[in-house]
Amino acid sequence: MSTAAGADHGHAHPWYQAHHFKNMEQQNASNKFGMWLFLVQELLFFAGLFMAYASMRYFYPGTWLEAAEQLDKVMGAINTVVLLTSSLTMALGVRAAQLGQNKQVAAWMVATIAGAYGFLIIKYFEYSHKIHVGLLPGKWFGFDELKTTATNAPQIFFSVYFMMTGVHGLHVVIGIGVIFWILFRALRDEFGPENYAAVENVGLYWHLVDLIWIFLFPLLYLVR
Amino acid sequence: MSTSTLDGVGHGAPGTSYLNAKSGLMSWLFTIDHKRIGVMYLVTVLSFFLVGGLLALGIRTELLTPAGDVFSAAVYNKLFTLHGAIMVFLVLVPAIPATLGNFLLPLQLGTIDVAFPKLNLLSFHIYLLGAFFLVFTLVTGGVDTGWTFYTPYSSTSADGNVVAALTGAFILGFSSILTGLNFIVTVHKMRAPGVTWLRMPLFVWAIYATSVIQVLATPVIAITLFLLIFEKIVGIGIFDPALGGDPVLFQHFFWFYSHPVVYVMVLPAFGVMSETITVHSRKHIFGYTAIAASSIAIAAVGFIIWGHHMFVSGQSELSGTVFSLLTFAVAIPTAIKLCSWIATLYRGSIQWNSPMLYSLGFLWIFAIGGLTGLFLATLSTDVHFHDTYFVVAHFHYVMMGGVLFALIAGMHHWWPKITGRMFNDKIGRINWVLAFVGYNLTFFPQFVAGSQGMPRRYHQYLPEFQMWNQLSTLGSYLFGLSLFIILAYLLHSIFKGVKAPSNPWGAASLEWQTKSPPVEHNFEADVICTYGPYDYDAHRAAQS
Ligand code: HEM
Ligand SMILES: [Cu+2]
Repeated sequence: MSTAAGADHGHAHPWYQAHHFKNMEQQNASNKFGMWLFLVQELLFFAGLFMAYASMRYFYPGTWLEAAEQLDKVMGAINTVVLLTSSLTMALGVRAAQLGQNKQVAAWMVATIAGAYGFLIIKYFEYSHKIHVGLLPGKWFGFDELKTTATNAPQIFFSVYFMMTGVHGLHVVIGIGVIFWILFRALRDEFGPENYAAVENVGLYWHLVDLIWIFLFPLLYLVR
Repeated sequence: MSTSTLDGVGHGAPGTSYLNAKSGLMSWLFTIDHKRIGVMYLVTVLSFFLVGGLLALGIRTELLTPAGDVFSAAVYNKLFTLHGAIMVFLVLVPAIPATLGNFLLPLQLGTIDVAFPKLNLLSFHIYLLGAFFLVFTLVTGGVDTGWTFYTPYSSTSADGNVVAALTGAFILGFSSILTGLNFIVTVHKMRAPGVTWLRMPLFVWAIYATSVIQVLATPVIAITLFLLIFEKIVGIGIFDPALGGDPVLFQHFFWFYSHPVVYVMVLPAFGVMSETITVHSRKHIFGYTAIAASSIAIAAVGFIIWGHHMFVSGQSELSGTVFSLLTFAVAIPTAIKLCSWIATLYRGSIQWNSPMLYSLGFLWIFAIGGLTGLFLATLSTDVHFHDTYFVVAHFHYVMMGGVLFALIAGMHHWWPKITGRMFNDKIGRINWVLAFVGYNLTFFPQFVAGSQGMPRRYHQYLPEFQMWNQLSTLGSYLFGLSLFIILAYLLHSIFKGVKAPSNPWGAASLEWQTKSPPVEHNFEADVICTYGPYDYDAHRAAQS
């Protein structure tokens, strides 16, 4: 700790400040900046999927129109609402953390987790229907109706669909994990006006997951 | 560089350093000290360099004679694939940023550690996990796609463990992303008082530009490899033409990362040059801002020139022309750097020691590599050179020659700081001749053979290329030998070397203003920086 005012001795700074930071301002700014960079990285990760989507749709516009009809617009719409609502509860949780109201934080996290599970459950029903009728990626594709009527490559649409929603779903699952972590920390009464960066960062992540879905939904379900 | 003690508390017994502050294997494997993480990276990277190097010697041995007599074609394909994949993903990408970068960044910024020390350790562990997959590939039958994994070969007919290799490269990407993220935040938020943006050493600027590329480009290769894994397992049909996909799309995805990543390798090498050349010619760097800005310019332009790898892949003539023009553009900031270094040397008091010799070697090698890049960037000549040994020679000059000579220069330059020992400079200087001659003898003949039309990636060749190949193989043995000699005298110095003073080269940047090797928390007192990293006059004045 160099010889900076007593860092080694643990009195000069609050328990939630890591030793290598000079003050909470530096720590919070670093954490937030790091999270934004992480989100940028996420965007580029998804950008590859969007690019694949764009090229394949460009090659097979007819397929896209026909195959998209097989997706359940109602379930997709409900899921959009569910996820948007969970973003709201997350934002309220961040607000509560800033005010140091840990009980509220915990409650809002429970609500957000409920939303995330809701999303996954609906997705589960959608997926199982697709699996059941054979609307699957690549060589697993077995939906005869489209095989004969559609243009070239209906299986590619479902490849893209499962890749995009699958990677997104994975992000939802990871989101549940980190929101649980916030929940436990809130139950231990950890957050306060100086120490809420973790909640804020998980919030940012969750909004990104939400944002990506907002793009996926029209691109996949509402093709015209 | 002035340092001031705020409270004068002691720091353990005299003679403790980051090396002996804690002991035991676990104190290394789970350390969050950036210096130890840097050293661990260095050891692992060099170990994989040995593996990749042995594979290369296998390739060169096969090419001693025109006939395919040492290895079968199938084995040969695996040799060059594993050589390329190991060298790119396990060696060159982390070669400087994760080793010297980790060690030096906080020191040069006058701070205790990187912004996220635990994340830093996590990057290292992820690196080990990715490496495990590549080693697993190596010992379970290899893979023969070439390091470029082009579809449809990789997705349909490839021999070997493609999925394991892809998984390894995928995982390694995250190690690289997290290191980059960590360093960007460190540069922005952790600088000591007085270390303004324009007082950052140029090595830091280079690492910073590198990190930006790592964060922006690596996710794209990650998703590409992810999709390719599913192409291989399920046949998703995005890249495989037989299933309706587009193999050129794969190439675009691949090079969107893999062109920028060559700057992930070489920008840190530029950074090393900007330190060694000024320190060992005892002269303020020429064109500080131009060098710093050109790092950023290279990072930016590097993102929009990937198409030069695809001039003959069937992209449109218009994109070919545009990519060609943009590729020429990237030579401008690169040349600005080279000229600035040479101008720094001009009238400097050049020290003919190992770090300087390897730096001069870098200038020579990189100039050749960069200029031949321009031949390749020219559409009409590239139609002839593409997929010949000319390309192989080009990228070995820039990647292997450039990065390796810079890494060796840097290792010599910072060796006293890292280990606290001086190496035997006399052996170093003599051995440099062997390394320099061996290196050029290995790769220069490949330009000739390539320009005469010798294709890459075959285990046989026409008899008329034999002389060039034998020269090249001889060179590779000499070069390999010189590397072992470096290893030997550096290791020897750890045990028998003279103890290093804190600032053996009289450098002005911050890392030299603490003990060699540094104490666990880098500086004995809080750092306040009052002059720039190359301001030798101010430094001398402050010392006296
Ligand atoms: C002045 C700068 C440079 C220019 C103009 C340039 C240009 C090119 C061109 C046009 C190609 C494609 C040749 C072909 O496949 O037909 C190429 C290949 C390559 N270059 Fe460069 N280059 C430059 C610097 C670098 C640097 C600094 C590195 C690495 C540190 C690098 C690494 C590579 C690699 C790895 C390949 C080929 C990869 C493969 O096909 O396996 N280049 N370069
Ligand atoms: Cu390139």
